[in-house]
Amino acid sequence: MPHIQLIQVTKRFGNVIAVNDLCLEIEKGECFSLLGPSGCGKTTTLRMLAGFEDLDEGEILVGGKLISSSRKKYYLPPEKRDFGMVFQAFAVWPHLSVFENVAFPLRIKKFSRAEIEERTRKALRYTSLANVESTYPNELSGGEKQRVALARALAINPTVMLLDEPLSNLDPKLREEMRFEIKDLQRQFGFSIIYVTHDQGEAMALSDRIMVMSEGTMQQVDTPLNIYQKPANKFVFSFIGLSNFIPAEVADGAAYVAGLPGESPLTRDIPEHVRAGRVTLACRPSEIDFVPEGGVPGIVKRKAYLGELIDYRVQVGKVEVRVQKLRRGGLLNEGEPCSLKFHRLLWYEA
Amino acid sequence: MSGWTDLRKWGIAEFVLAVSILILIVVVAIPVLLIFWTSFFVNGSFNAKDIMDILRQRDTYEALKNSLIIACGTTIFSTIIGVFFAWLVSRTDLPFKETMKLLFLVPFMLPSFIGALAWKMLLSPRSGYVNRILMDLFGLSDPVFNIYGYGGIIAVETMYLFPFVFIQVCGALERMDPTLEESARISGAGLITITRKITIPLIMPSILAGALLIALYSLAHFGVPAILGAEVGIYNIPTKIYEKIHQSAGSFKAIRAGTVLASILVISAGIILYLQSLVLKSGRFQIIAGKSVRPMVLKLRRLRIPLLILCILYLLITVVMPTVTIFLVGGLKTYGLAIAPENMTLENFKYILFRWKLTRDAIWNSTYLSLSAAFVTMLAGVMISYVIVKMKVRGKWLLEFLGVLPFSLPGTVIALGVILMWSGKFGVNIYNTAWIIFVAYIARYMAFSLKSNSAALEQVHDSLVEASRACGATQWQAMRDIVVPLVRPGMVAAFFLIFLPALRELTTSVLLYGPTTRTIGVAIYTLNEDGETVYAAALSSIALVIIIVGQLLIKRIVNVRAGGV
Repeated sequence: MPHIQLIQVTKRFGNVIAVNDLCLEIEKGECFSLLGPSGCGKTTTLRMLAGFEDLDEGEILVGGKLISSSRKKYYLPPEKRDFGMVFQAFAVWPHLSVFENVAFPLRIKKFSRAEIEERTRKALRYTSLANVESTYPNELSGGEKQRVALARALAINPTVMLLDEPLSNLDPKLREEMRFEIKDLQRQFGFSIIYVTHDQGEAMALSDRIMVMSEGTMQQVDTPLNIYQKPANKFVFSFIGLSNFIPAEVADGAAYVAGLPGESPLTRDIPEHVRAGRVTLACRPSEIDFVPEGGVPGIVKRKAYLGELIDYRVQVGKVEVRVQKLRRGGLLNEGEPCSLKFHRLLWYEA
Repeated sequence: MSGWTDLRKWGIAEFVLAVSILILIVVVAIPVLLIFWTSFFVNGSFNAKDIMDILRQRDTYEALKNSLIIACGTTIFSTIIGVFFAWLVSRTDLPFKETMKLLFLVPFMLPSFIGALAWKMLLSPRSGYVNRILMDLFGLSDPVFNIYGYGGIIAVETMYLFPFVFIQVCGALERMDPTLEESARISGAGLITITRKITIPLIMPSILAGALLIALYSLAHFGVPAILGAEVGIYNIPTKIYEKIHQSAGSFKAIRAGTVLASILVISAGIILYLQSLVLKSGRFQIIAGKSVRPMVLKLRRLRIPLLILCILYLLITVVMPTVTIFLVGGLKTYGLAIAPENMTLENFKYILFRWKLTRDAIWNSTYLSLSAAFVTMLAGVMISYVIVKMKVRGKWLLEFLGVLPFSLPGTVIALGVILMWSGKFGVNIYNTAWIIFVAYIARYMAFSLKSNSAALEQVHDSLVEASRACGATQWQAMRDIVVPLVRPGMVAAFFLIFLPALRELTTSVLLYGPTTRTIGVAIYTLNEDGETVYAAALSSIALVIIIVGQLLIKRIVNVRAGGV
């Protein structure tokens, strides 16, 4: 049985539907990310799980036990849910020392003095904070504050850890380090993670599974690899990584760039379910090659160096196609005509 | 020759700095120094014996004790009430809480001595209306309430001062990052634990800052103790100073005794301000929210309506009832008559507005004194804050030091200071003229102007001025075309922040008025002292009307500005 179940959960703020009929199952020990642009409902989902928001419809169960139900008007208060939670703005209490911040949940749960001491020290050790335990938060860096927030959530040894964009206030390098630290902690403590982020890289690196959301609706739930390689729809494709969308027409067993029916086709490999007519083909910039001849013709409009990669904008018919190639693959100049070959095309409705 | 080059180096910046320093020295620093000098030195030599004599007098230390009792009581009760109502309007689902929040700020704009007057009419033991009604109703022989005394003074001051804490705490509760409380909740803490261990410690600096402001204000407050305390022999420091000087008709001996008391006030104010700066420094927690999430709101459930009724009752009793009383008593034919249609007349208002020279003078004096003082103080404030906030010039520290001074000067102290300075000692004698009140108002309200203007100036980023300089503007052009338009709202705010309180000023004016230079506040106070209660009430009603119209005008101006940007 899944550890966490969301059953047909809907949440409205006035006329806005923040979360729409969401069904979700999360396994014990899993690292599960809620990914989407701001306003997509991911934070609201997390806050419903935490118990800070009531549900307009649906139920939430943890370990088979009902914790939120709109029908029964039953909501287990957040303080009774025994989750660990880390907030975007750290929410480290400025009037308490690092030690007292981490010890707070243990004191609330009335652990013995010795146990508070031991568990707090352990959480501080695992988050490499042992040397700053008596300092106050205003003397800490952003990364250290976030570690305090993590240690505080760890202290009670929760089975579920809720993370609300915990790394977005950190600089990129630190973000990467913390990502590994969170993953390490999960391996050591074995809790499930529910991780809210708008950063697809973060979600890819951390998660066992990802749910992509848009406008309150689930778009796809899958492993990071599948999300990347087999996006369920245009939204998921464009949200994850760089994307090209090319309007195309299917005729005589081949797909042509719209407006260029006489030229070489994009592909002759038509999936069975596709009928003749207009479609949209999607392709990553890294899945396009320049070929000497026989490909789709285009003209290089712009060229930009991105370190190892070179980023080309190629005019193909009426659309601009983005192509990224390694530097050692040879160089094309702006204004030069070229020929393109497309791999791993994805088919969407026009 | 070298003198010339020195003058050249003395550019505009130094000139402005010098003028600013000069203003503060003449208006603020010398009067204060004169107070200390007069109290500690006799004929040029330090004199401890006289000071000890004055301090040993019974009425001196009684006054000190009374000031402390009143200030402590007022601070404690105002803080409790202020925090409670602030929590109620910002953290619960109280109905109409936005409206309630505005209504709780109304006492701020009403003069507390008019409130004291109203409460005297309602609760004085012999003639208070409430007492009479209760005695008639229950056939009692003794009055139920007695407004005269510590309890009455503290209660009335609390009614008018609690907004200091209320406004501070509301701000802190609304700006506070809600995840600070949510993370305590997810840690397993219930509402009471969160309030005790997280919320209150985090807003403690705001509570203390508000409480210390109240203590400072109450310690140096004249109006309420003068009306409700003097009758039964309770004097605090300001009323004692007034009594000494008034009884001796301004003799030097009395002024000297006054300066000793005033020195105590200045020192206490200094201590309070120092404490406040400590609180703000040590406790400036970063609790401002990163992203806007609605704060945790407590559902009051069954208590929702009872608590709303409590708020409304509180406002009815402390705001509406005294105000209505003032208007009704102002329309009575004679004080003491029952409030009934047949006893009412508009004659009182006509009389004091058009026919009686004393009150007509008072209204005119207050109007032009507060308008001109507000204008001058605003302009001086812009210049001084400009130097402090924006200019890089040597010797600025002196100005910064002098700029803090006005904040710590109670009205009574300023009055004594200007008496010492402007009654002929330095070749200028403007005692008993309106000028001395004008000078005193400038000193009294300089702090408001500095605060408002430097806040506005701090918003103007240096790069805006630098950009205009880079476009070829001179320092003056930059000032005229960039800085002044941007800080104009701050200037307007400063003007009204001075004009409205000055219009009803009592503490300072009461020590400075001459036969023809009564202000509205002084006229109300002296009319009440002379037993002309009805005229005092009528003049108070007119003052209230002016104040309310003024407040509405400000609100309009501010709204139009906000809408225009």
